[in-house]
Amino acid sequence: NYKRYLYQRVFLERLSYWAFVSAAQTLRPIKPPASHYLVFLFNSVSLSPEYSLSTSSPHRSPPSHSHRKMPDVQSMVLEFVNKLRKRKIEGSQATARCTVELLRSVISHHRVPHANQASALIDAVKAVGAQLVAANPVELAVGNVVRRVLHIIREEDLSLATAAVAGLDLLDASDDDEDVNGKGIGYPGMSAAVVAAAARSTLRPPSLQTLLEGTPESATVPYTSSSGADSESKTADKSSITRKLKHDVIEGVNQLIHEIAGCHEQIAEQAVEHIHQNEVILTLGSSRTVLEFLCAAKEKKRSFRVFVAEGAPRYQGHLLAKELVARGLQTTVITDSAVFAMISRVNMVIIGAHAVMANGGVIGPVGVNMAALAAKKHAVPFVVLAGSHKLCPLYPHNPEVLLNELRSPSELLDFGEFSDCLDFGTGSGSPLLQVVNPTFDYVPPSLVSLFITDTGGHNPSYMYRLIADYYSADDLVM
Amino acid sequence: MDPRRGPLAVPKVRRVGFFTSIEPSPETPRPNRSLSGPAEAITSSSPLSDSPSGQFISPVQIPPSRHHSDNLASRAAPVPVPGPSAFRRQLANDRALHVGSYNPVDSLLGTSPPSSNGEVSEDSGSLFGFQRSDSAKLSASFPNGGFDMTMRVRAPQESEAKVAIASTSDGRKKNVEASERHYQAGEGESVAAKPRKEKETKSLKEKTSKAERRAIQEAQRAAKASAKGEGSKRAGESSRPKPSKPAKQPQPKKEAPQVTSSVSEKRAVSVEKERRMDVPQTQMQYDDKSRVDKAKRRSVVEQTESKNKVELFLHLPQYERGNQLPNLSSNIFSLDTIHHAVYKVGLQHLAGDISGDNARCIAMLHAFQEAINDYTTPPMKDLTMDLTAKINGYVSFLIECRPLSMSMGNAIRFLKNQIRKLPVDLSEPEAKASLCSEIGRFIDEKILLADKVIVQHAVTKIRDGEVLLTYGFSCVVEMILLYAHEIGRKFRVVIVDSRPNLEGQKLLRRLVTRGLDCTYTHINAVSYIMGEVTRVFLGASSIFSNGTLYSKVGTACVAMVANAFSVPVIVCCEAYKFHERVLLDSICSNELGDPDAIANVPLRNNKKHSKTMDNNKNLQFLNLMYDSTPAEYISMIVTDYGMIPPTSIPVIVREYRREDLLL
Repeated sequence: NYKRYLYQRVFLERLSYWAFVSAAQTLRPIKPPASHYLVFLFNSVSLSPEYSLSTSSPHRSPPSHSHRKMPDVQSMVLEFVNKLRKRKIEGSQATARCTVELLRSVISHHRVPHANQASALIDAVKAVGAQLVAANPVELAVGNVVRRVLHIIREEDLSLATAAVAGLDLLDASDDDEDVNGKGIGYPGMSAAVVAAAARSTLRPPSLQTLLEGTPESATVPYTSSSGADSESKTADKSSITRKLKHDVIEGVNQLIHEIAGCHEQIAEQAVEHIHQNEVILTLGSSRTVLEFLCAAKEKKRSFRVFVAEGAPRYQGHLLAKELVARGLQTTVITDSAVFAMISRVNMVIIGAHAVMANGGVIGPVGVNMAALAAKKHAVPFVVLAGSHKLCPLYPHNPEVLLNELRSPSELLDFGEFSDCLDFGTGSGSPLLQVVNPTFDYVPPSLVSLFITDTGGHNPSYMYRLIADYYSADDLVM
Repeated sequence: MDPRRGPLAVPKVRRVGFFTSIEPSPETPRPNRSLSGPAEAITSSSPLSDSPSGQFISPVQIPPSRHHSDNLASRAAPVPVPGPSAFRRQLANDRALHVGSYNPVDSLLGTSPPSSNGEVSEDSGSLFGFQRSDSAKLSASFPNGGFDMTMRVRAPQESEAKVAIASTSDGRKKNVEASERHYQAGEGESVAAKPRKEKETKSLKEKTSKAERRAIQEAQRAAKASAKGEGSKRAGESSRPKPSKPAKQPQPKKEAPQVTSSVSEKRAVSVEKERRMDVPQTQMQYDDKSRVDKAKRRSVVEQTESKNKVELFLHLPQYERGNQLPNLSSNIFSLDTIHHAVYKVGLQHLAGDISGDNARCIAMLHAFQEAINDYTTPPMKDLTMDLTAKINGYVSFLIECRPLSMSMGNAIRFLKNQIRKLPVDLSEPEAKASLCSEIGRFIDEKILLADKVIVQHAVTKIRDGEVLLTYGFSCVVEMILLYAHEIGRKFRVVIVDSRPNLEGQKLLRRLVTRGLDCTYTHINAVSYIMGEVTRVFLGASSIFSNGTLYSKVGTACVAMVANAFSVPVIVCCEAYKFHERVLLDSICSNELGDPDAIANVPLRNNKKHSKTMDNNKNLQFLNLMYDSTPAEYISMIVTDYGMIPPTSIPVIVREYRREDLLL
């Protein structure tokens, strides 16, 4: 029996990052029928509707163009998928960066056809993205980054198309301006630009510039800029556009990588605006964003005190505490259960999010909801730090369960510890002992006071709009 | 009579209201004063005598309860006298008098038997002063002026008493004796008076109940107070009581109001005193340097203060753990001040071998029982005083080992009150036996029986198919769950646990072995699991009179999340854990555990948690033991008095506990 435990234990530990359903299935055959053994019931994580749509995609045959991909890209994708599936990559920032780098190599290795390059690129990215999302559906950063890349492609395509249309317009303005659009009667050369501007304004926030772009005065700018184009340069333009699109997209993706890498600094820069002298700050678990944020305030000569809830079941708060102490901050580690007791003496709760949903809700490390409720009760500001790659365009439904993941029970109970109390010889079938060890917690927007992203501070009610800047509506369902 | 009673009645108008509900019925048919006493006593005693503790509880009885329920509490003592005891009679008269202050029936009573009470009516012109004079008169008749009572002084007094005894029934006799006692007391509580008292009590022992003795004591004290003021000027009336002796009626009559008046005065004082005692002593504040130093000099346990104190909790003791234990356990054979049983319990508290409030409290009380059994009063010392001092020493030792829980504080107060109200004339073995049996009664009634009652109440709240959540380990909750399982309810249990003690695993083990369907999780996941929970059962360490639940740290979190999910929170708590204090946060009053328990993380794979940083001044570990849950999160409190809302705690504390603990 002991050997079996040992085996199960080793086995389970190896498998602990596998999807639990499959782990349970693999375990089943080796179960002896009527012996004392330990069963932990895993509540299988069901997927949110958005994701259940996308999970089917890895099984269907990849699009034809992916066959032409370089084999190393394919293997890179597979490797990354495996990593995601085994939860080898920790933290949404690391995941986001890996994802975007992978997508960059996918794009750069992708041979773009002459016609319809944008949609081909989009299809390629979508295919890879779907695999990645399916590999770890609760790591929302993957989906976010894929959508961001798609958005970049669309944007670049649009801007190129705008320029091209403007160029074409110049040539064909005399004969078929009414065909291009029916309303450009008075201003034949500008009508296409107006259309493009209108198209852009549906995606872009209504800035003063986009508003002005709709007016005739601003529409003259593309008119004059592409005034030197003729029929020869038109074909040259075409070939340059194909190269330009990919180039621009990769540039955009590089920018995204840069942005993801620099989001900590961007967020930390705002720390001094939010932390004053002698503040008492509570945080939970470990987050690099929070660490940088606090340290940035410390570097600005603010002295304050930090309470760190240790964050069961992984107790990463201890790591954070040690980092903070190393940087000279006065730090007190408390148990998670003492959060309510201490919150009345805390000026601000700062946590790092795992993901921010479109409704302003936050998915964070487990235990965050408790802290948020306690903060609400004591009217303590609850501040969420989130890089822009954590902003998810989806609206959550029952996120406590659907966007959650149950980790290995071994973090709570030792395997075999309770095997002596469990008797399955009675044959009732249902195990008496379940161990629930969720990874995430959902904080409804009503409990959040402020989001601090790399673009500044925002109200929870504003998040949907902020998110709309980053994603195009076509990509919400991948 | 009424004008005379005016001054008397005024302060006691309130008492009347409380007593009328019981008294008037037996009184009204009896015009005769002398009869009314016994009848009264019998009627009032009969429902009470079979309920030694607080069963006889009328909610309108509060203010005089000290006097009255004192009687009740000690009613268990045999009352061999067929007639009413002196005290009861006094009490009865007392009541009658005060009732009379606005009750026409009673005022009629006072005057209606003129035949027998002729003297009274004429005396009563100076009723007040006359009674006062009794003591003074006697003291004046004694050569020593009454303030230096010696054995030889006793002679005339006793003879006087004997006359009284000869001519009266034994009920009357008691009264006279009471008055005699009263005289004595008038001369001040000289030590010399004691042997005489004791001698008397020996003769009285069979006949007097505790209540009577108590009354006597009170009378003494009262008379002392009154004598001081008026003693000298009344000295002339020395022959006053003697003429009344043949008639015998007036004396009790005079006696009674006199005693009660002084008693009531005294009671006002004592109630005041009690109220002061009720206000729980402020806890030791450990940021008060001088007091800490003083305490340290006395301490048995040598605590080293921890280096890395949490600033917010400087008012609580923050000591290094684990280094005193071997030292202390080696000391166990060289004890002088601390009884070994208490010492053992202290060490068990220190080591954490006994945890849980009930277990700690019971262990402490058993240790006290043992200590009291082994106690002998040193020569030239008073048992009450000396034993109280001893107990205080034990308690401070226990506090050094681990701060007392609120319930233990309550139990100690109970014990001290028992010692304090111990009759002076009780012999030492008797006193010890009585104390031990009182402690045993406390354990049985207030803890064990209360738990059973709570289980009976709470189990009605468990229906089939429910999912019950509990936090940590509470033995009452465990009993409830097991009992509900036993009677066949089908339900599921969610056990929420938290570091560092992981007491939930203990509960989980016990429940799983008994075949309950359990889910185990940690406190951070409580918002995840709360969605499927239908009820939350929580244990308590104490409940304060503002309804704040003081319990294991994390309870507040669970209750808060339950409240957010609209899940009812049921707190199971024995009434002896209720406390008069109020508490708003978890900071001001708390207990700090071993910080190392927090620092050591039970992770096998994470080797990064090294102890290298532990000595850094900036890094502190805070191990709070308790937190306070606001009353608004609590749906219901199941206690041995039934199921109540948290707003009823002060009522319970005030009306029920007072009788059991303070009196």
